[in-house]
Amino acid sequence: MIKVEKLNKYFGDNRAVNDVTFEINKPEMIGIIGRSGAGKSTLLRIMNRLTDATSGSIFIEGRNILSLTKKDKRAWQKDCAMIFQQFNLVPRLDVLTNVILGRSNIQGTLRSSLKLFTKDERVDALMALDKLGMAETALQRAETLSGGQQQRVAICRAMMQQPKMILADEPIASLDPLNARLVMESLRNIHREKQITVLANLHTLDTAKNYCDRIIGMRLGEIVFDDVPSSLKDDVAREIYGAEAEEAFEPTVTSTSLGDEQFAEAG
Amino acid sequence: MQSSLPENLIKIENNLKSLTRTRSIYSFLSIAALIAVIYSGLIVAETGNATSIWVGLPKFFDYPVDLFVGSWEYGYRWNLLLLEYLPDLISTINMALFSTAMGTLLAFFLSIFSSRNLIKSKTTVLIFRRIMDICRSFPELVIALVLLYLLGKSALPAVIAIIIHTAGALGKLFSEAIENVDKNPIEGLESCGASWFTRIRFGVVTQALPLFLTYTILRFEINIRASTILGFVGAGGIGEQLYTNIQWKYEADTIAIMFLLVSTIITLDYLSSYWRKSLIGLKS
Ligand SMILES: Nc1ncnc2c1ncn2[C@@H]1O[C@H](COP(=O)(O)OP(=O)(O)O)[C@@H](O)[C@H]1O
Ligand SMILES: [Mg+2]
Repeated sequence: MIKVEKLNKYFGDNRAVNDVTFEINKPEMIGIIGRSGAGKSTLLRIMNRLTDATSGSIFIEGRNILSLTKKDKRAWQKDCAMIFQQFNLVPRLDVLTNVILGRSNIQGTLRSSLKLFTKDERVDALMALDKLGMAETALQRAETLSGGQQQRVAICRAMMQQPKMILADEPIASLDPLNARLVMESLRNIHREKQITVLANLHTLDTAKNYCDRIIGMRLGEIVFDDVPSSLKDDVAREIYGAEAEEAFEPTVTSTSLGDEQFAEAG
Repeated sequence: MQSSLPENLIKIENNLKSLTRTRSIYSFLSIAALIAVIYSGLIVAETGNATSIWVGLPKFFDYPVDLFVGSWEYGYRWNLLLLEYLPDLISTINMALFSTAMGTLLAFFLSIFSSRNLIKSKTTVLIFRRIMDICRSFPELVIALVLLYLLGKSALPAVIAIIIHTAGALGKLFSEAIENVDKNPIEGLESCGASWFTRIRFGVVTQALPLFLTYTILRFEINIRASTILGFVGAGGIGEQLYTNIQWKYEADTIAIMFLLVSTIITLDYLSSYWRKSLIGLKS
């Protein structure tokens, strides 16, 4: 399904991504861990085509998405939704418009720019918002919401894109414990319900272990671990995190989940 | 207060200050031009008697008194003169409004292509910045005088001159505003596959609009003064009427026109600071 081959990215002499190769053969929830500067964000940004790779290829259903340009590239971006640490909503626009703009690729420039949205689009956006308990804020400006609320709106916008996969770059790093859990739960629910791959950069080990079926560890731009969470030994994890190990090993907010289902899993 | 502001806000603050300063300079220029017109009128009148400037000077100070005496003698129909010259005032305001609008449009276009965060090609940015530099390097009064000489007396040279200068001056301010917007919203839209135009429409314009409007309103005030002065030298409107009436020594008319001008400028000043406050209020 997804095949990343010999991906490299240089910033000047700095090799941010170093010969990265991996495959995703079924819809998975994958956590990418590593200390800051390991190249996690760069990898996701290359997949979404926000940043150009120096060399290598990414095949999705046989097509190298790194060679797409213009319209084709934007069509791929629509298929591959991205969630950011800083939410990246348009602060002065209302929540509903922010969410509907997830469809801007399909709407076309004219219709988007004039906010000529269809009734279906509004209904879809409201349903997405309602699912994350955000429907009441639909007419509020995005900038008036708390971080956790903004991230939930960002997830709604991602869902409006009807994506084939979701990339999340440190989606909970700026959130309070409750919202961090809410966001991780919704990402996992989306993965299960829609049967799509979710690839998330996560700073803390606990979160990755609790929510992901597979963990990729990155160090200095290279993949140094790629397996199920249970085979990630502590010494390997320490190696991946280096000086940041103490912080990354702390039991986190997301280690106790919200629903009964998670208690069952943990026990 | 200023030292606690972040760097980009200090820059905005300075831009606003320099626009306000330009406005004061144009107010001063208008008054200087008016005095020059009055004075030249007196000299023309006195040349028959071959008096020197120094003999004419005391008469110059008599003139303001003459103006009021003349208006008083004109009687109660004086306020009808206000109505008579209203169309000329409106035509001056129109001139300023039209050229500010066109100049702002051009400025917006130029600023987009001069902003490094929107245009990848360094050459394009360089070229458009150069165009803006050239546009604003000549004051509109200078361009207008040259054009008036070339094209003859009409509103057109003044309008063209103001458009050119406004495009360059506002373009630079707009592009600074654009380069200061938060890049995250633009990136968020890009990650959805939104087109370049949609990214600018929502990612940039929504963030920079309050600042765009604030700069534009101040520029409009400057352009009102510029259009009036340009009227003195043949661009029509209220400035030209003022010139003519001074030359013909119609005291009541002169006072009526000055009254119209001063009240317009004061009203605009109040409106403008009110708008600016509400715009900045929106921002926070
Ligand atoms: N736009 C950029 N320009 C120059 N260097 C960059 C840029 N983005 C990232 N880097 C560098 O690439 C490396 C990987 O960064 P990043 O992908 O952000 O790491 P992570 O997300 O794992 O913390 C770092 O050394 C960082 O300094
Ligand atoms: Mg990062």
